[in-house]
Amino acid sequence: MNVVLNKLRNARLGSTFILLFLVVVWSAPTLGLLITALRDRDEAAASGWWTAVADPFNQIWSSASFDKAIEGGMLTSLLNTLVISIPATILPIIIAANAAYAFTFIEFKGREVLFASLVALMVLPLQSALIPVLKAMVWLKKTFGIELVGNFASAWIVHAAFALPLAIYILRNFMMTLPVSLIEAARIDGASYYQIFWKLVLPMSIPSIASFAIFQFLWVWNDYLIAFVFVGEQKSVMTYKLLRLLGQYGDGWQTVAAGSFIALIVPLIVFFALQRFFVRGLTAGAVK
Amino acid sequence: MGRSEFAFGDIFVGIAAIIIGAVASWGIYWLLNFLVTRLPAKWQEKLRAVSFLLPAAVLLILISVLPLLQTIAWSFFDKKAKNFIGFENYTTLFTDPRFLQILFNNFLWVAFVPAITVGFGLVFANLSNNVGPKREKVMKSLIFMPMSISFVAAGTIWGYAYDYPAPGRPKTGLVNAIIELFGGTAQPLLTIEEGHLNSFLLMIVVIWLNAGFSMVMLSAAIKAVPEETIEAARIDGAGPLKIFLRVIVPQVRGTIMAVFITTVIGVMKIFDVILAMTGGNFNTSVLGYEYYRLFFVESNVGGSAAVVTILCIIIAPLMWLQIRTARHQEEIR
Repeated sequence: MNVVLNKLRNARLGSTFILLFLVVVWSAPTLGLLITALRDRDEAAASGWWTAVADPFNQIWSSASFDKAIEGGMLTSLLNTLVISIPATILPIIIAANAAYAFTFIEFKGREVLFASLVALMVLPLQSALIPVLKAMVWLKKTFGIELVGNFASAWIVHAAFALPLAIYILRNFMMTLPVSLIEAARIDGASYYQIFWKLVLPMSIPSIASFAIFQFLWVWNDYLIAFVFVGEQKSVMTYKLLRLLGQYGDGWQTVAAGSFIALIVPLIVFFALQRFFVRGLTAGAVK
Repeated sequence: MGRSEFAFGDIFVGIAAIIIGAVASWGIYWLLNFLVTRLPAKWQEKLRAVSFLLPAAVLLILISVLPLLQTIAWSFFDKKAKNFIGFENYTTLFTDPRFLQILFNNFLWVAFVPAITVGFGLVFANLSNNVGPKREKVMKSLIFMPMSISFVAAGTIWGYAYDYPAPGRPKTGLVNAIIELFGGTAQPLLTIEEGHLNSFLLMIVVIWLNAGFSMVMLSAAIKAVPEETIEAARIDGAGPLKIFLRVIVPQVRGTIMAVFITTVIGVMKIFDVILAMTGGNFNTSVLGYEYYRLFFVESNVGGSAAVVTILCIIIAPLMWLQIRTARHQEEIR
């Protein structure tokens, strides 16, 4: 018995060491950038960040690079990104929840075919739609004076449309697990389909809505292409700004490093606080 | 100050938009329901689904289906999308050695990244299942963390790790420092085209980003493997490696496939990492980047449309696979 226990303990210790090593490897690049962002300018240029880790008390630490990144407009970009991300998360959820409800609880002709094409749309690359949508929006501006391009609204619409297939898929999968008897009981009590959706199905779907919301929020937050194409420089988002900072090599890595961390703050908070929901969203929608 | 006022104005716009948007979208559904319930019973029955589906359908048709068709149509037109030129865009692309390289690069990405990502995921999942719940949670979080950051941020993180300062200046890039530690010479890593080394360095970034996802999915699947099957193999004298390969892996095959396909789809569309790290230079370009370059640098509408169409054609079989998986999942339920 003792031998078996020892073996198990050894296996556990061995696994811990291997995993610990891999975790260090996995975290080193991120850690390196953070440490560089916090070091004094001259020191960071003179030695690698690992020397600061080896001897942290003989270092000059400074937040100057963060000041510089903020001066370069990184905080404005942070706000811009928030203003894009929140509506671009809420909008598809409302639309998708309604559609998922129809796909789950209402019988209609062609339901299966429609749902299959929805799954196919999930795989469609974003690039296939960008230019025609951009041109259509420019045309709208010229003909009717509706200014979508260059405004956040265009990004909300495009993000919403491209999130729909996955959102409907995830929400429908969840709604299918709701007890049908409950909905039938509500029908017998005289509730309309409309009431059942808003009063019963939508509140009950909150767990899967939360999972999708986190997934979508991070997706929009991290997006570069849509923000670049539709909103552009005027209201630049974090990814856009970061790429510009990266282009200015003369400044060295410090400002870029600080900028990266400002860009990372929100996703990391969301991630560590809501990891459980995020994982659930990912496992539910392992298709995008 | 002007800058921050501008931002506050936008916050206000944003909050207003959220409220108006929520009310308006609720209003649309209310109106649709109102209209449908005014109809005779027979029509109500038929149009009920429509009242819930219409907004989604309109958005999808306007923003993804019609634009897709437009893109395919444009791929047969010239640079300015004015004159029909038949298959010329395609013949130009397929006779251009640069484009064939791009296709080959895409092939390399698909050949290596998904398999390695799944491999790492299996290793992480298996190891973390052995270390006890507390350590498992912390270590998994750290490996999973990159999943929450953008390709652009990942590009800066790894760009710094691969950094090669001008000769004579101190080496501050981690990878080159390690190379020197083992007696090699530091090099501008991302410019090395031999053996597509730089493409592989970019792949590492994407593997780094996705391994956590793979781990989380596979770890859940491995935990669901019945203990009896493992115990039975152990009694039969199988070692840990044999148990892993012969007992665990076959039972999580479905999840492995799901992670694999998801990664393949993601990798085919890969774009941001290349934009952030090499700008498609040094023979690292792929379809997603070539599309971007053709349109935003060369203003070539027809050409970029042709590149996207090729991408869609390559992805199409995966759509079919995806539909099958979705059907299969429903049957399990």
